[in-house]
Amino acid sequence: MTDAPVTHIPLLSVEELSVEFRTRNGTVFALEDVGFALDKGETIALVGESGSGKSVTAFALLGISDPAAKVTKGRAVFGGLDLLSQPEKVLRELRGRELSMIFQNPRAALNPIRPIGKQIADILLRHGGATGQTAKAKAVEMLAAVRIPDPERRAKAYPFELSGGMCQRVMIAMALACSPALLIADEPTTGLDVTTQAAIMDLIRDLSRERGMATILITHDLGLAAEIADRIVVMHAGHIVETAPTAQLFANPRHPYTRRLIGATPGEGRSLADLTAIPGGLPDLRKAPLPACRYSARCERRAADCEAPLPRLVAAHSLTACHHPLS
Amino acid sequence: MLQLIAQRLTAAVPGVLGVIVVTFLLSRALPGDPAAYFAGPAATPQAIEEIRQKLGLDRPMWEQFIDYIGDLVRGDLGNSLTTGQPVMQELVTRLPASAELTLLALVVAVLVAVPLGVLAAVKQGSWIDHLSRVVTTAGVSLPTFFTGLLLVYVFYYKLGWAPPPLGRLDIYFSPPDHVTGFYLIDSLIARDLELFVAALGQLILPASTLAVFALAPLARMTRASMLAVLSSDFIRTAKAGGLRSHTVVVTYAFRNAVLPVVTTLGMVFSFLLGANVLVEKVFSWPGIGSYAIESLIASDYAPVQGFVMTMALLYVFLNLLIDVLYGVIDPRVGIDA
Repeated sequence: MTDAPVTHIPLLSVEELSVEFRTRNGTVFALEDVGFALDKGETIALVGESGSGKSVTAFALLGISDPAAKVTKGRAVFGGLDLLSQPEKVLRELRGRELSMIFQNPRAALNPIRPIGKQIADILLRHGGATGQTAKAKAVEMLAAVRIPDPERRAKAYPFELSGGMCQRVMIAMALACSPALLIADEPTTGLDVTTQAAIMDLIRDLSRERGMATILITHDLGLAAEIADRIVVMHAGHIVETAPTAQLFANPRHPYTRRLIGATPGEGRSLADLTAIPGGLPDLRKAPLPACRYSARCERRAADCEAPLPRLVAAHSLTACHHPLS
Repeated sequence: MLQLIAQRLTAAVPGVLGVIVVTFLLSRALPGDPAAYFAGPAATPQAIEEIRQKLGLDRPMWEQFIDYIGDLVRGDLGNSLTTGQPVMQELVTRLPASAELTLLALVVAVLVAVPLGVLAAVKQGSWIDHLSRVVTTAGVSLPTFFTGLLLVYVFYYKLGWAPPPLGRLDIYFSPPDHVTGFYLIDSLIARDLELFVAALGQLILPASTLAVFALAPLARMTRASMLAVLSSDFIRTAKAGGLRSHTVVVTYAFRNAVLPVVTTLGMVFSFLLGANVLVEKVFSWPGIGSYAIESLIASDYAPVQGFVMTMALLYVFLNLLIDVLYGVIDPRVGIDA
């Protein structure tokens, strides 16, 4: 999947992405030199604890960041176009058509006073996926595609009349309405019950396979990431600490944080007592200068040379940003 | 929807009954003796007593109340002691005068305040946001009589663009046939364009005065409500779908932000209708505000009662209208709400 011959061009290639938030209490260095690549049809997972910069990365790619956020450096080449330097007008054309996103808390993420069928039709009409006549029928078709029973009737429903799981299906229908090349799913199952979670993840996986769509799954749930991602990108405090194919990452984590993260993930045959919390918390990202390795304060393998700029240990398919990786 | 209206109307009945009782008691509790006032300063105590008997003020309170209810049912609000005119007839001519003025002022205020508030929220921190802040601060800080006098000074006295501030029509015109009581509408029904222009000319300055005052709460509420909605999750979804900014702002954000604005509109309307006495004074406007104040000063209780009754009924009607509007705008406000 990531066999990278010299001429290979990935669908999305993010390089040195840095984002700052200018707030009243100082500048927050939310992302620093974030880089990863994604092939057509590939599924990767961005994992890390809350506040590690997963969503900030996604918002920056789509150009829907908070007004306080500034992209200070980096490129994100998507289909030959650097997303970070495109004007809003170009991005608006791409969003919803080539790049789509689904969010957590689906009920709040839908317009509460607009029938869901209309909200899907809005996207279709905007990107020429349908004309005034066919938009309604196409919206119903999309609802059927995300396995909503009785789509004809449901198209007229408002979000408050649907369950959280149904609302997430509607979100997926909206995101996929124009058959995008890339779907970003930001914690799509947070707040849904376990059976619904599984159904939603199956749906996302099936639809992305069917359509050859690349997917970035943003989650703090390593178990979920392991189930559906081809590759996993581990983030910590705005840095990418490790990238590796899923099986390799679990069998052989190289970054101390990754190992801790796996140790904190419940799984089959593991009792609650086996789980270990990661000591410490994320560093305060407002305090410049931040340490070169933002994990060093929590790390049991810290040594004197951890103050030096982070290395990028590139192996065949993986990358580790650590002076003292596990072997 | 009909069920909702019926429900709200039923719920309003106790309120209206309460208003009837309270206005009756309140006007009897007013300081000053109507009989003494009516008899004049030179009247003997005997003459005052005679008048008191004639007005029925010497009878027990409950008898007066029953008479009052009976009159109300017949649509008789009594006669004004000062003018001798039936209160009902005065209200019928004066209420449209105030309503026309207030409505026009509100239309102007909404047309300015809502776009201003929306733009201020969308382009937060821009010049239009600052402009909106200046306008709203001015609107709440400038008393209406001052704005009114200033407008009269500039546009009538200095520039001569506006007609003299002497009521609803220039003395050279006679009012149109009474259909709605709104001169603008009645003159159009009579197909008298000249009269329409004359009536509009008289309306512009007082309506602008009130509009400046009404602008502030509307623009502020629009801005605050838009800001809250613009930072909500579904706006981010709409942006992530690549929808045009026009669609995002108008169809997605504004429609969600409009409820508090409608509430404010209702409050501003009822407040303006009854409380614009000063503007009515400055422009010699024959409205119900000045009527109520004059009667109150004269201890003339029948017009005061009539005024309070009218305002109470208007409030009930207005709240009903707002409730219905809520239901139209927000599907979550259901029949069962």
